[in-house]
Amino acid sequence: MNPSGTDIVSLRNVGKTFDSGTVALDGLSLAVRDGEFVSLLGPSGCGKSTALRIIAGLSAPSTGAVEGPAGKIGFVFQEPTLMPWADVAANVQLPLRLAYADDTQSRAAVVQALERVGLADFANAFPRELSGGMKMRASIARALVTGPQLLLMDEPFAALDEITRFKLNNDLLTLWQALRRTVIFVTHSVFESVYLSQRIVLMTPRPGRVFTEILIPAPYPRDERFRTSPEYAGYCRQVAEALAKAMGGAP
Amino acid sequence: MNERALRIGLPVLVLALGLLAWDLVVRVFAIPPFVLPSPGLVLGTLIADWGLLWQSLLVTLATTFEGFLLAAIGGIGLAVLFSQSRLIEYSLYPYAVILQVTPIVAIAPLLLIYLPQPLAVLACAWIVAFFPVLANTTLGLSSVDHNLIALFELYKASRWQVLWNLKLPSALPQMLAGLRIAGGLSLIGAVVAEIAAGSAGAGSGLAYRIAESGYRLNIPRMFAALLLLSLAGIAIFFALSALSHLALRRWHESAVKREI
Repeated sequence: MNPSGTDIVSLRNVGKTFDSGTVALDGLSLAVRDGEFVSLLGPSGCGKSTALRIIAGLSAPSTGAVEGPAGKIGFVFQEPTLMPWADVAANVQLPLRLAYADDTQSRAAVVQALERVGLADFANAFPRELSGGMKMRASIARALVTGPQLLLMDEPFAALDEITRFKLNNDLLTLWQALRRTVIFVTHSVFESVYLSQRIVLMTPRPGRVFTEILIPAPYPRDERFRTSPEYAGYCRQVAEALAKAMGGAP
Repeated sequence: MNERALRIGLPVLVLALGLLAWDLVVRVFAIPPFVLPSPGLVLGTLIADWGLLWQSLLVTLATTFEGFLLAAIGGIGLAVLFSQSRLIEYSLYPYAVILQVTPIVAIAPLLLIYLPQPLAVLACAWIVAFFPVLANTTLGLSSVDHNLIALFELYKASRWQVLWNLKLPSALPQMLAGLRIAGGLSLIGAVVAEIAAGSAGAGSGLAYRIAESGYRLNIPRMFAALLLLSLAGIAIFFALSALSHLALRRWHESAVKREI
């Protein structure tokens, strides 16, 4: 739970200008410590996802420097992004297959990952047979199967209904406490970011940069009691007010 | 009456009525067989000439099958090549389109001059059939989910892995749609070439039989051969539809039965 202090990834003055001329990021500086749960919070189109893709190495920064991440990365997209022609087990096994890992060991890792997300009974189901929440669980299992040091999540629960989202929030926290991985979680929900994270990085509208950081010192495990506590409501108000300032009084 | 029975029963009813009307017209107006044979006579001819027609059918089907196979290999192969190299795509795609839009009936006589007849017929079947495979597969290969591409990139998949594990399976529905069109077209290509070869050719395919019977005013045999050609086309269509269904039934929306 306690960040060990070493940075697993750091961005210094990162800027990103797309070919279309859109400036997505400008002077973004951010350091994430090993084991931390950090949320990137900001309005739609503020470059949160771009920042995440840069951290993942899927996109190169136009200016500035990115250090790390050294180890393996898991990435969860906004959509489940499962291969519709492959069953859940094959989808989860994909990262290992692409690395030409030993098949027997891979299968064991898949079983374990599916158990972690509560999908053990659905290994042979096809994505279209699953509900939205279960698809997302499969996607998380796939991100976990390689045992990554850093888990990047790009608004993974944005498309889910509230009940499913709350359940997945809880399960994600349980996973994080059990595995002690670093999580960078992109969201546009104040409530979700407060509930999940140790630290919230607030971003300004385009071009995105860090507006301010807010620590949420509430102890883990957090559960439904925390979600309904006055303390939680207080943090939410604080973050919402900061977000309004970050938007610069924009409507 | 349920949906399925209607879907099978109604076309059969229409067929029966059509045959009845045909037969009546022939009888009532006493039309001679060399103008319009009755359905019974066509069937009789089909049975009487079965040995000859069956051999011809096999010849045409062999050409069709070979043309289809080459079209599948050529179409999918070219589409994969295009997806790997933009330069190759830009260089060759216009010619694929030109080959497609030029009527095959006009190309066939030329091919018959330069190639031995069986090869010319095969080339015609291929030219007509390969384009839908190429166009559909190209579409499929280029409509891969961008997030899945990013995922493969994240796990440092090789070009070959992306092609084999992502692009080809993802393009399978469109590829199969292209193959389904190509099946019918390769039969058409084979027939057109046989007709173009006509009496000059030494061929013995079904279309050649039709042309030959036409010269001899053996109209019942023309109909019998035509009937066989139609049946062959229908069989090809159903075989490819079944193949497509088998390949997609577990995952693609087009093949999955909707439950309401």
